[in-house]
Amino acid sequence: MVKLTINDQEAEVEEGATVLGACKAAGVDVPTLCYVPFLEPYGACRMCMVKVSENGTPRLTTACTLAAADGMAVVTDDDDVRAARKVVLELLLARAPDAEILQEMAEEYGIEKSRFAVEEEEPPTEAVAVPEAEAEGELEIEKKPKKCILCGSCYRVCEQRVQAFAIGLVQRGADAEVAPPFGRPSDNCIACGACASVCPTGAITAADRLGRQIVHDELTLASNSAIKVPIKQAVPNVPYVDKELCIHFTQNENGLDACRICEDICPKEAVDLDAEDEDIELDVGTIIVATGFKTFDPRRIAELGYGRLPNVISGLEFELMMRADGYTEGELLMENGEKPKSIAILHCVGSRDKNYNRYCSRVCCMYSLKFAHLIKEKTDAEVYQFYIDMRSFGKGYEEFYDRLLEEGVFFIRGRGAEVTHVAERPEEESKLVVCCEDTLIGAYRRVPVDMVVLATGLEPREDADEVRRTFGISCGAEGFFTEKHAKLAPVSTTTDGVFLAGACQGPKDIPDSVAQGSAAAAQALALMDKGLVEIEPITAVIDENVCCGCKICIGLCTYTAISFNEEDKVSEVNEALCKGCGTCVAACTTGAANQRHFKNEQILAEIEGVLS
Amino acid sequence: MPEKFKFAFMPSASCGGCEIAVVDIDEVILKVAELADIVYWPTALDFKDKDLEAIPDGGITVGFFNGAVRNDHDVHHAKQMRRKSQVLVSFGACAQMGGIPSLGNFWTTEELAHRMYDTVPSVVNPDGTRPQLKYDAPEGELTLPRAMDRAYALDQVVDVDYYLPGCPPQVKWIVAAVEAVAKGELPPKGTVIAGTKAVCDECPRERSEEKQVTEFKRIHLVENDPEKCLLEQGIMCCGPATRDGCEAACVVAGQACRGCFGPTDNVNDMGAKLASAIASIVIADTQAEADKILDKLDDPAGYFYRFGLARSMLGVQRGERKDGDE
Repeated sequence: MVKLTINDQEAEVEEGATVLGACKAAGVDVPTLCYVPFLEPYGACRMCMVKVSENGTPRLTTACTLAAADGMAVVTDDDDVRAARKVVLELLLARAPDAEILQEMAEEYGIEKSRFAVEEEEPPTEAVAVPEAEAEGELEIEKKPKKCILCGSCYRVCEQRVQAFAIGLVQRGADAEVAPPFGRPSDNCIACGACASVCPTGAITAADRLGRQIVHDELTLASNSAIKVPIKQAVPNVPYVDKELCIHFTQNENGLDACRICEDICPKEAVDLDAEDEDIELDVGTIIVATGFKTFDPRRIAELGYGRLPNVISGLEFELMMRADGYTEGELLMENGEKPKSIAILHCVGSRDKNYNRYCSRVCCMYSLKFAHLIKEKTDAEVYQFYIDMRSFGKGYEEFYDRLLEEGVFFIRGRGAEVTHVAERPEEESKLVVCCEDTLIGAYRRVPVDMVVLATGLEPREDADEVRRTFGISCGAEGFFTEKHAKLAPVSTTTDGVFLAGACQGPKDIPDSVAQGSAAAAQALALMDKGLVEIEPITAVIDENVCCGCKICIGLCTYTAISFNEEDKVSEVNEALCKGCGTCVAACTTGAANQRHFKNEQILAEIEGVLS
Repeated sequence: MPEKFKFAFMPSASCGGCEIAVVDIDEVILKVAELADIVYWPTALDFKDKDLEAIPDGGITVGFFNGAVRNDHDVHHAKQMRRKSQVLVSFGACAQMGGIPSLGNFWTTEELAHRMYDTVPSVVNPDGTRPQLKYDAPEGELTLPRAMDRAYALDQVVDVDYYLPGCPPQVKWIVAAVEAVAKGELPPKGTVIAGTKAVCDECPRERSEEKQVTEFKRIHLVENDPEKCLLEQGIMCCGPATRDGCEAACVVAGQACRGCFGPTDNVNDMGAKLASAIASIVIADTQAEADKILDKLDDPAGYFYRFGLARSMLGVQRGERKDGDE
């Protein structure tokens, strides 16, 4: 440890720390511009000037480039220091008069006008464009306002961390500027935005070339940080790295080991970019499959305009936006930042539709009603519900529906067939128009609104089939897992010890999911408490002397009870899993598989008996 | 020197390939000749029916019978061979299971005759002339054997001691059978002298645990991957249902197994087993889809019962089963 005094206070820092680091650790404020914690010290801006005495001789020096040493006496704020910083600031202002941060500092240091200010007639240099390849979130080095102080943060981060070397310092003296090589867009630029994020004066900014406003960043409607929490209520609430956006992984593809800023900066050393997915094997007696669902992707119904028209959002996006801790702090905003005056909620998006899913998703009617209620509570916007028929069948649900009817929500009985922005009447100008057939009045209607919320349905997950095979359970035609018996065994499956809970078994709301989850837990506990499993007496057996190892039976077994013995090259039946369905026996071409109590000879004898 | 064995080879409804297989044992035939006298072999030497009749009952040590039993003359021969042989060996797929001739069992004898003498494109027979069983020629009465209702396997007509399977039987198993006779180490009666498992056991091709077929392909229309199971490539292969012992000769040569060794001991209807297995590995969501896939399997009956229709539980179509009952 190194001992020194800062403004006459004793301080202790680790070996190798800078004087600036020591000051920060001691809570002493030292102004900085070019200092970036995860870059090598550079000492470009000279704002961190302090007075340091070693062996009694004081001198003015930059705190960021000086290593702390035993017995140093540091003064961070006396007249000499202030005078020095004032000169530095005046010089910086001469170069970058438009930088707000310099103007603020100038005020603090009592500078009215820089003594070194240059004449204004010089025409602004042209903006330098970066590649237009990546459409989103690209960068422009804005040069028209004079903001750059040549602190080097931008090209240092580009060199040291991003390792792209896409920008650098060109020219000398008063003509020096930050630019890509030869003033042309660099192929090495990956449009990561690191330069803009470290620029202290705002000389480099990141802008969306398509001019989209970033309203709901966490709704993935716009560019975002590469390391983020999926949503604020995520469980577990930990960030993850989006490899598509991450500089490290982007540069990895170019053979570079870049960035790793998150690793350096995390005080708990919790970030490990080299971590890889690993398989963990657990021996368990019972399994509850609760893999859930995925929401219907409304992009599939092109005529509803999701992803194509502005202000057409999914139910989940609406939900996220309405949350008090959300990006809009619970305010319902359109993409232009204004509040919508009328909102349409379209029911049965992807449900009860033979083009997509025939089944009812069961939750959309009620959440649509809740949306309407939230809108009515928070805004005075008009709400239109486009429904096929209301399915408010749960406890207290019908009463809620009645309440909504009284709250002045418009209910239009007819599926929202199309959402368009093509106006046919003056009142439809610059609005979204929902087209539908109102089956109560028997008329075709066009309803102009500001925002459309799509009540997206529930679907089985993409990997449901893989999960099904893994656990040896079956699924229905629509892809949800099948319970053992629809009425009498609603949480069991055909594989003993495997239970189902929640929407993986079929669309259901939270109360039903909780009920089923509790039931599954009870069933699993009952099995574990008993410690014994009853198995079927009627099972298949494979005669290893006859089995030829053709493997036909293995893929056929619904219960994954057959495995291949690589040593003897024969298939084997796990009698604990076998349910004696006989599929393998029927398919076994060599007659090696036989079913106890239903042997081939027995069946043939029975047939002969019947026919004789 | 002990008395030499006496061998007899009897052809029946067959193509002659089985007898070629006997010759195919090359120089071993000399050892056979050393070991045994061939007392009857009409295909190779000038034997007549009367020569067989002259052999006393039990006078043949081992009688080899090849071919299916299709007409009453075949039945006569089978019964004679049985009477005169101490050991009767069913030689080849036709004698064992009816073989190719038994594919005719899908039709009645009358339908077959109609096809043969009336409708085959190369036949011109406006008068509908049919061969007669008897004909009074100037030299005397000529007779023809009467075709029975269907083709039979040998053991459906007479008692059989051993079976040498194959189309034709393989040299190594013929040699094994002769050696067993020479050493007097005969297996239990009814043994099929070949392997006990199925062709897959000897097949060098890689098999996966997810055997799924979404399209059947004719083998001559695709270039099959020599490393991979033919069935998994959609090529109809009888290997899983066929007794081994041939060292997967066809499959190694790039051809699908045709099932000539017949079923294993545990299976009593090879075609039914194959149909059931093939139906199990067809992957389809709807009946229509499954039908579409199976439609591509040309002539399933021919695939499943190429050699074994006489032994199938299917019997003969619309025909009555009376002639060969014994």
